[in-house]
Amino acid sequence: MKLANSTLAALRAVRVNKLRSALTMLGIVLGVSSVTVMMAVGGGASQRIQTEMRNLGANTIVLNSGALKSGGVSKGQGSRPSVTLADAQAIENEVPAVVAASPQHNFAGMQLIYGNANWSTLVTGTTPEYLTIRNWTVSRGRAFDREDVVQGSKVVVLGRTVAEKLFGNQSPVGQEIRVNRIPMTVIGELAAKGQSLAGLDTDDTAVIPISTALNRVIGRNPANPRAISGVIIKVRDGANMASAFTEIRQVVRERHGLLPAQEDDFYLINLTEVMRAKEDSARALGILLAAIASVSLLVGGIGIMNIMLVSVTERIREIGLRLAVGARRSDILGQFLVEAITLSLIGGIAGVALGLGGAVAVERYANLGVVLNGQLSLVAMAFAAGVGIFFGFYPAWKASLLQPVEALRSD
Amino acid sequence: MPLVTVSDLTKTYVVGQTAVPALRGVSLAIDSGEFVAVMGSSGSGKSTLMNLLGCLDAPSSGTYHLAGQDVLRLSSNKLAAVRNTSIGFVFQQFNLLARATALENVELPMVYAGLRRRERRRRAREALAQVGLSEREHHRPSQLSGGQQQRVAIARALVNQPLLLLADEPTGALDSVTSEEIMAALVRLNEGGLTVVVVTHDPEVARYARRVIHFKDGRVVSDDLNQAMRAAA
Ligand SMILES: Nc1ncnc2c1ncn2[C@@H]1O[C@H](COP(=O)(O)OP(=O)(O)OP(=O)(O)O)[C@@H](O)[C@H]1O
Ligand SMILES: [Mg+2]
Repeated sequence: MKLANSTLAALRAVRVNKLRSALTMLGIVLGVSSVTVMMAVGGGASQRIQTEMRNLGANTIVLNSGALKSGGVSKGQGSRPSVTLADAQAIENEVPAVVAASPQHNFAGMQLIYGNANWSTLVTGTTPEYLTIRNWTVSRGRAFDREDVVQGSKVVVLGRTVAEKLFGNQSPVGQEIRVNRIPMTVIGELAAKGQSLAGLDTDDTAVIPISTALNRVIGRNPANPRAISGVIIKVRDGANMASAFTEIRQVVRERHGLLPAQEDDFYLINLTEVMRAKEDSARALGILLAAIASVSLLVGGIGIMNIMLVSVTERIREIGLRLAVGARRSDILGQFLVEAITLSLIGGIAGVALGLGGAVAVERYANLGVVLNGQLSLVAMAFAAGVGIFFGFYPAWKASLLQPVEALRSD
Repeated sequence: MPLVTVSDLTKTYVVGQTAVPALRGVSLAIDSGEFVAVMGSSGSGKSTLMNLLGCLDAPSSGTYHLAGQDVLRLSSNKLAAVRNTSIGFVFQQFNLLARATALENVELPMVYAGLRRRERRRRAREALAQVGLSEREHHRPSQLSGGQQQRVAIARALVNQPLLLLADEPTGALDSVTSEEIMAALVRLNEGGLTVVVVTHDPEVARYARRVIHFKDGRVVSDDLNQAMRAAA
């Protein structure tokens, strides 16, 4: 009965003081929704990094010729391609920390045709180890094997996006397609891997045996017929990446007959380090977003505090009157507590809803993956509600300790 | 036994470093059914006494018994119950809830008495009818005249059927015609058996009372039956 009365009085006050209620809730709504959106965006960024890490494989070093051909035009400097199949073999044999060194010969934007469907994609000629190094798995059919490489088989494994573009929902396995006008059999499809951090589709790719690539599909570089695009190198888990890096560089320099004064005629990139740098920047982004979210939550909190303090001070006379006609302290406290909780709850729920809507909008219109974090939204809600309840309740609590006349006289 | 007994009541306000003695030892007894007017110059301590009688403030020293109860020793919840059911207080400034209707204002003491909604409604309507405001039940204070607001406040003071009605300059903010209406209402209530104590500056108003207490500098300087009444007796 008593609680019901306080609740009714409180709900009435919320309804009657519309502007005050709206302003209080606005502070909570803004604070909670901004935390929800920011944390969702930050969570999305770190998730993309982790996906990319998984797709690249850990402990990976890449050796590039420096002349990746695209559309028949060679680009970049160091345009005389230098890395060869023998280099890949030598790295694998001579550097103890290296588990596997897989040669690759790429062509970006090569046309694949099936029936009257056609699609341009990145075609990579390589060895079976390539999939292992990059942590790629086959979801349908099989990958090519050593035998296919030796034979120069006309077989191809498609990425998920390519399979979808050419075959729709149908299985591509066993079908014949044309890669750069050469008929080849699809023997497998790669499992989907998703977006990279840069927003590139890692599933938009096709993999073929390196021999087939060099001799038929992509062809050799006229400047150096023995050259390939590069080598992807997997270093043993737990090995020192920096010293492996130095050793590999030394082996390649020696093989290329470079004098100490000469510059490298190849690029060597420690992908793990690159990833770590990206991870660091994602973490920094996350911290930045969290800081912005905290500030907006704080500003929201200060807003709530101001409205609550002003309105409760205004209402000390009301408290005095209620005491004068027989309200107990508990009646007053109950009323103000319920009032503050009601405002905070409605505001908090609206804030979470708005935040979820915002996150979905970011995902849809900014095309950025987001990861929702319900726990953080709850923490933000609890904080906003705590501020609202404290500053709604505390002045009322103090006023309820006054003698009724003292409260009535206040202004 | 008198309804109200106070002895040696003092109240000293402390403003900054200085002590302001507002009551310097007041002793009084008021019987059930009396109509008492309290008079005295401005600052003589009338409101201070009324607030103490209404349990709206605590004295610095002295004792106060209401209907045999030592109210100064009551717990805060018991004191709330005394304010709620034993005392009706009418303020000079009305003190109505601005955002509530006349009906809701009159219902307020009954909310804290724990009455059910329907019962509250019924009794609030009755009380408003008694003070002639049936037509104004759903008006807010800002939509009522001063006299009407004061009548709402009187209805509120009466609705829990108190033993003692305290009115501190209830007509202070009203014109003479409206003042007479209000005083007539208080007299009617007293004739119905209610004990009434009213503070006033107006000798006209004091005429209604059978007993007039004069204050000066926080002390009672005279306490007699009304001169006119005495002359008539
Ligand atoms: N809250 C307060 N703080 C300090 N002094 C006060 C306070 N209230 C009253 N006083 C002082 O106490 C004295 C008595 O005041 P009180 O209000 O009782 O006078 P009053 O007889 O009601 O006067 P009036 O006829 O003007 O209403 C005055 O000197 C006043 O200044
Ligand atoms: Mg006064």
